[in-house]
Amino acid sequence: MHPDFTSPSSSSSSSADRRLNALVRHLATASMVSQTAVAFSPTSGFHGDSVFSHVVRAPEDPILGVTVAYNKDPSPVKLNLGVGAYRTEEGKPLVLNVVRKAEQMLLNDKSRVKEYLPIVGIAEFNKLSAKLIFGADSPAIRENRVTTVQCLSGTGSLRVGAEFLARHYHQKTIYIPQPTWGNHPKVFTLAGLSVKTYRYYDPTTRGMNFQGLLEDLGSAPSGSIVLLHACAHNPTGVDPTLQQWEQIRQLIRSKALLPFFDSAYQGFASGNLDEDAQSIRMFVADGGECFVAQSYAKNMGLYGERVGALSVVCRAADVASKVESQLKLVIRPMFSNPPIHGASIVATILKDSNMFNEWTIELKAMAGRIISMRKQLFDALRARGTPGDWSHIIKQIGMFTFTGLNSKQVEFMTREYHIYMTSDGRISMAGLSSKTVPHLADAIHAAVTRMS
Amino acid sequence: MDRTAVVGARYMSSWWRSVQPAPKDPILGVTEAFLADQSPDKVNVGVGAYRDDNGKPVVLECVREAERRIAGNLNMEYLPMGGSVKMVEETLKLAYGENSELIKEKRIAAVQALSGTGACRLFADFQKRFCPDSQIYIPVPTWANHHNIWRDAQVPQKTYHYYHPESKGLHFAAMIDDIKNAPNGSFFLLHACAHNPTGVDPSEEQWREISHHIKAKGHFAFFDMAYQGFASGDPEKDAKAIRIFLEDGHHIGIAQSYAKNMGLYGQRVGCLSVLCEDEKQAVAVKSQLQQLARPMYSNPPVHGALIVSTILSDPDLKKQWLKEVKVMADRIIGMRTALRGNLEKLGSPLSWQHITNQIGMFCYSGLTPEQVDRLTNEFHIYMTRNGRISMAGVTTGNVEYLANAIHEVTK
Repeated sequence: MHPDFTSPSSSSSSSADRRLNALVRHLATASMVSQTAVAFSPTSGFHGDSVFSHVVRAPEDPILGVTVAYNKDPSPVKLNLGVGAYRTEEGKPLVLNVVRKAEQMLLNDKSRVKEYLPIVGIAEFNKLSAKLIFGADSPAIRENRVTTVQCLSGTGSLRVGAEFLARHYHQKTIYIPQPTWGNHPKVFTLAGLSVKTYRYYDPTTRGMNFQGLLEDLGSAPSGSIVLLHACAHNPTGVDPTLQQWEQIRQLIRSKALLPFFDSAYQGFASGNLDEDAQSIRMFVADGGECFVAQSYAKNMGLYGERVGALSVVCRAADVASKVESQLKLVIRPMFSNPPIHGASIVATILKDSNMFNEWTIELKAMAGRIISMRKQLFDALRARGTPGDWSHIIKQIGMFTFTGLNSKQVEFMTREYHIYMTSDGRISMAGLSSKTVPHLADAIHAAVTRMS
Repeated sequence: MDRTAVVGARYMSSWWRSVQPAPKDPILGVTEAFLADQSPDKVNVGVGAYRDDNGKPVVLECVREAERRIAGNLNMEYLPMGGSVKMVEETLKLAYGENSELIKEKRIAAVQALSGTGACRLFADFQKRFCPDSQIYIPVPTWANHHNIWRDAQVPQKTYHYYHPESKGLHFAAMIDDIKNAPNGSFFLLHACAHNPTGVDPSEEQWREISHHIKAKGHFAFFDMAYQGFASGDPEKDAKAIRIFLEDGHHIGIAQSYAKNMGLYGQRVGCLSVLCEDEKQAVAVKSQLQQLARPMYSNPPVHGALIVSTILSDPDLKKQWLKEVKVMADRIIGMRTALRGNLEKLGSPLSWQHITNQIGMFCYSGLTPEQVDRLTNEFHIYMTRNGRISMAGVTTGNVEYLANAIHEVTK
C-alpha cells in the first residue's frame, strides 16, 4: 500500500512536518504567519474583505413593503389594504373551519409519517387539484393528457412551468397583461424567458382595453407564450366576459400561442368554483395545450403553507408523461420535493365530499363578504358625493379594486389617513370591514377633491 | 368547434414531441425497485432517511409535541420573504455557537430556505448574480444533486479530489493540491460533517490545514451541513469544522437542513446564511437573497419552521431533541460496529475498518457496481450502485443477513 495512505486520516510521509507547521501557524501572530512561505491573496478573508462587499441593499418589495410600513405606523385608525390576504369583519386573519378539521385529523393519525414526498409531490393532491380546476369530467383528465406536479403555491408553479418552457419550448417570449401582479415579470425573467406586455386595462373606463388586447396578441409571433389570469385579475379586478374569453381563445389558437393560466382565486372571485374555472375549461375543451398554475393560498386560506400545483395539458398521454419527467429535473435542483403539510390538508378536504361541501360554503362566505364590501364602499362614496364614476368598484371582481387613484393621491391617503395600499392605486377589499369603510371613503373623497 | 381553433390546436401538437423522457433519479429509483420486490428478506439500504431498529421511519417525540402545541393556535399567514425570524435565530446559534459574537454583531445574513437543497440553490443563484465570473469546486464524490444545483444556477463547476478509493478514506494531499491550484477566489463546497456519500470526514487537524490553504488563496468556503448532530450525536462537535473556519476569519456561507436531524424531511425546513463584514453588509446581502427567493416561491413554508422554533426556543423540548438526536446517531454507530464485526467474524479477507472509521448516515462500502447488482439480484438488498450503504437501513434484525451477503459477493 502507498505509504501516504496507511489510514484514512493520515496525510503524507511528511505528516510530522505538517503537524508542526499547523501548530506553528496557530501559535504565531498574524504578522509572523505572513512571513512564512504561504502567500496571502489580496482577496483573502484574513484581511477582512468579503467577496460580497459590493452587494448593495435591494429595494423593498413594493407589495410586501406596504405591510412593513403599516406595521411601523402607531396610528389607531390605520388600515392595511396592501397584501391580498383575507381578513374577517373583525380585521383578523382567518383559518377556515374545514382546514382546522383537516389539520386535527392529520395530527391524530399516528400512523402518518412525514418523510420526503416524491419529487412531484402527493399523487392524490395532484389528481384532486387537476379535477378541481379542469372539472371531474374533463376529457384531458380522462385521456391522461394532463400532468400535475405539486409546487410552492402560485409563485412556485409559475416558476417551475416557466423554467420548463425556457428549456424545452421553441419560443422564449411570454406576453403578460398590462398591468399584472408585480412579481410576474421577475418570475419569468429569472426562469430564462423574455417578457413583453399586451394591453389589458383601460384607465379611462377602468375596464378592459379589449381592442388593444386583441391587437397586441394578434401581432405576437406565432407560438409565443401568453399569461392569462384565469379570474379576478390582479391588480385590476377586471375580467373578460365569457364572450370575450371565447374571442381570446380563438385568437390564441389561430396563432398557435401557448396559454399559461395563473389561477390564484378559483372560488374566491364569484363564490363558485366551476364558474371561476370557465375560462380555463374553455381552452381545454378545444383539445389544445396549456399550462395552469394553481394556488390554494387564498381560496383555502393556506397562504404560508405554500400549496399549489402546476398542470400541463398535452395533446397526448405519452407526451404528458415525458413532460412530467422533465418537470422533475427542474424541481430536484430547486427544492428536491415539495412541503408536505399544506398539500396534505388540501387532499384531506378535497377527497371527502362533506368537507368539500363545507369548504364551498366557507369560500362563498368569504367571496360574499368581499362583494358586500364593494357595495358598501360604492354606496359610501356616492353618499359623500365624491366626484367621478365609482361603478368600477362594484363591476370589478375578486380581492382587489383598481381605484384609479394616482400615486400622489395614494401618498396623501397614507400620510393623512393612514391608509396603506400599493402606489398603483390597488386596494385589497379583503382588508376592509363595515366599520372601516367610512374611513376609507373619507380618505378617497379627500384625496380626489384635494389632490389631483 | 370552429376551424381556426382546430387548426391552431393541431399546429401545437408538435411542440412537445421533441421533449425527451428524462432519466430516473438514481437514488429515488432504488426505493421504487425495493417497494416492488416481493421477497420477505428484502433490505433497503438505499435512501438516506433514518429508520429505527425495526426498520420503521421515526417521528421524534419532540416534534409530535411541537405539532400538538402548534395545531389550532396560530394562523397560516405569509411568512416574510426571509422566513421565520425566530427559526433563523435559533438555527444560527446551532451553526455559529450559542453565544457567537458574530450573531450579536448582526454580521450574518440569513434566510429560511427549502431544506438543504433550497439553501444551496439560493446560494448558487446569489453567487451567480454577484460573483458572475466565479466557479464552484465540488468534491468527488458528492451528493449528486449538488452538480444539478450549481448547473441550474449556471455557475461553472470544477471538482476537487476528496475520496481515496484504495484506502476508503480521505485523499488529503490531492485535496490540498487542488485547493492550492484553483484560481484565487474560487468557491469551495465543503461538507461540514458526515460527508455524503462516503462518510469520510477530515480530522480536526486536517480541517485546520484545509482552512489555512483556503484562506491563503482567498477562496470562499461554502458549507453544506445536512447532518449536524446526526454524525457524532453532538451538534457542537459536528460543527467543529465550521467553528475552525470562523476562528480563522473566513467569511463563510452555510446551508443547514433539519430534514434528518429533526426528522422533518417532507416539511422542507432549512436555512441559508452568509457571514459578512458588518451589519450593513449583512442587511444588504439578506435583502438580495430575498430578491432571489421572491421569484422562486415568494416566501417559505411556515409549518416546519414553526416546529423548529417551538422546539429550539423551549429549553425542555430542546433538551429532548438533543437526546433523541443522540439516540439516532448512537444507533447508527452501533450498526457500524455490528456490521464490521459480523464481516470480520465471517473471516472476510478484506479490511472493513472503514465501516467504523466513516461517520454519519452513509458508508462507502467499496463494493463495485457488479457486486451491488449481485446483492440486489441474489439477496434482495437495495443500495445505490456506487456501493453507498445507508446505515440507517441496517437493523439488529438484518445486519447478519447483510454481512453474509456482502461476504458472499466479495470473498
